Amino acid sequence: MKPPVFEYHRPESLDEALELLATLSDVKILAGGQSLMPMMNFRYVMPAHIIDINRIKELGEIHRVHDGVKFGAMARHDQAKKSEIILEHCPLIAAGMEHVAHAQIRNRGTIGGSLAHLDPSAEWPALLAVHDATLRVQSKSGERDVPILEWSQGFMTPNLVEDEMLTEITVAIWPEKHVYGFAELARRKGDFALAGAAVLLDFDGEVISRAALALLGVEVGPIRMIDAENLLVGEIPSDELFREAAEHVTVVAGIDDVHASASYRKKVASVMVRRALEQASHQHKSQALAA
Amino acid sequence: MTTMHEITLKVNGADYACEVEGRLTLADFLRHQINLTGTHLGCEHGVCGACTVLVNGKTARGCLMLAVQADEAEITTVEGLAVNGELNDLQQAFMEHHALQCGFCTPGMLMTLTELLEENPHPKEQDVREAISGNICRCTGYQGIVAAALAVAEQRDC
Repeated sequence: MKPPVFEYHRPESLDEALELLATLSDVKILAGGQSLMPMMNFRYVMPAHIIDINRIKELGEIHRVHDGVKFGAMARHDQAKKSEIILEHCPLIAAGMEHVAHAQIRNRGTIGGSLAHLDPSAEWPALLAVHDATLRVQSKSGERDVPILEWSQGFMTPNLVEDEMLTEITVAIWPEKHVYGFAELARRKGDFALAGAAVLLDFDGEVISRAALALLGVEVGPIRMIDAENLLVGEIPSDELFREAAEHVTVVAGIDDVHASASYRKKVASVMVRRALEQASHQHKSQALAA
Repeated sequence: MTTMHEITLKVNGADYACEVEGRLTLADFLRHQINLTGTHLGCEHGVCGACTVLVNGKTARGCLMLAVQADEAEITTVEGLAVNGELNDLQQAFMEHHALQCGFCTPGMLMTLTELLEENPHPKEQDVREAISGNICRCTGYQGIVAAALAVAEQRDC
């Protein structure tokens, strides 16, 4: 239960990190270490080199940008949970962070680490999917932007090649009065979710004018439920509408593993969709009452 | 021969300058290199919480951090809680409320609750239970641990 021998590198700048990535081979980037360290302790992963990016200040910030919010890849879960920018402009993300592991893990774990590890049950990919996030990937020779829905290339396989590194994530923000919901089922709060749902809704009076709905834990990567979103738009919330939207989960294939069968995950996901929608609708009603 | 790294850090207020191998975890460094064996290692993959310490005032798993990453950091371990050799109020409450039996999880529980009470001096029972959701105890059923934390919150209020 100890990591095997590796060479440790601690760049102080992004350029230095990208230079190391371009010259070394058999490398793993160490961000918060909350997934990589267990895998090294178990010796599932035995890289020759570790590039620790914790000292690169520019990667640790959360900024408001033109029409969105930009996260440095080293922004930690706890930082996102408490950030005023997040609470004001994308409160769904702060609410989702409540479900990410336990306090000790949230203090260290990062958005970039979660995305690079890409566990199917992770909250970040679904939260970013409803916000139409764009992921910036950089290498010494250039950079490219990857839409969140093109990030997963298979089970725990992000859209990254060897000399590349995820550096920042930009999310589009919704109108000020938008509402949100997040629900997941885990055996114990903070454990890996069996399935979950994230939702954003915007209203025009009583009518849903815009909807974004994503699932986690059901497929290898985050998925947007476009048909369910189309069904919701133009309608007034009701139990029946939400049940019908939740039914759309049945079209997903679903993953089977030791924790749950695909059919069970889908059943759970459908209930989570309904709960997330109910939370959002409840928020809208409270807003209307307060106005 | 692996490369050694020089680190300087503060542990429980004392300065240390040490040489460590890159792969040495913070928890192993504390236990084996500077002989602070109060920090316990259970699962060594971030699940049990026994190795929880404070890094610059915030809890972290000692098994999921490298010692070399703690260069220039301030670490507090369970040995740093007592004041002038006397148990602090939280430790005292653990004793009074039977918050431990075998004591293996206790260092991690104490460090986790130290952070909670710092961040939220008036926790509800649910907040305490949630705070320790990342720390496993197989003896107490958690009841005494929750009672101890709530008692300390109330005492500190007076």
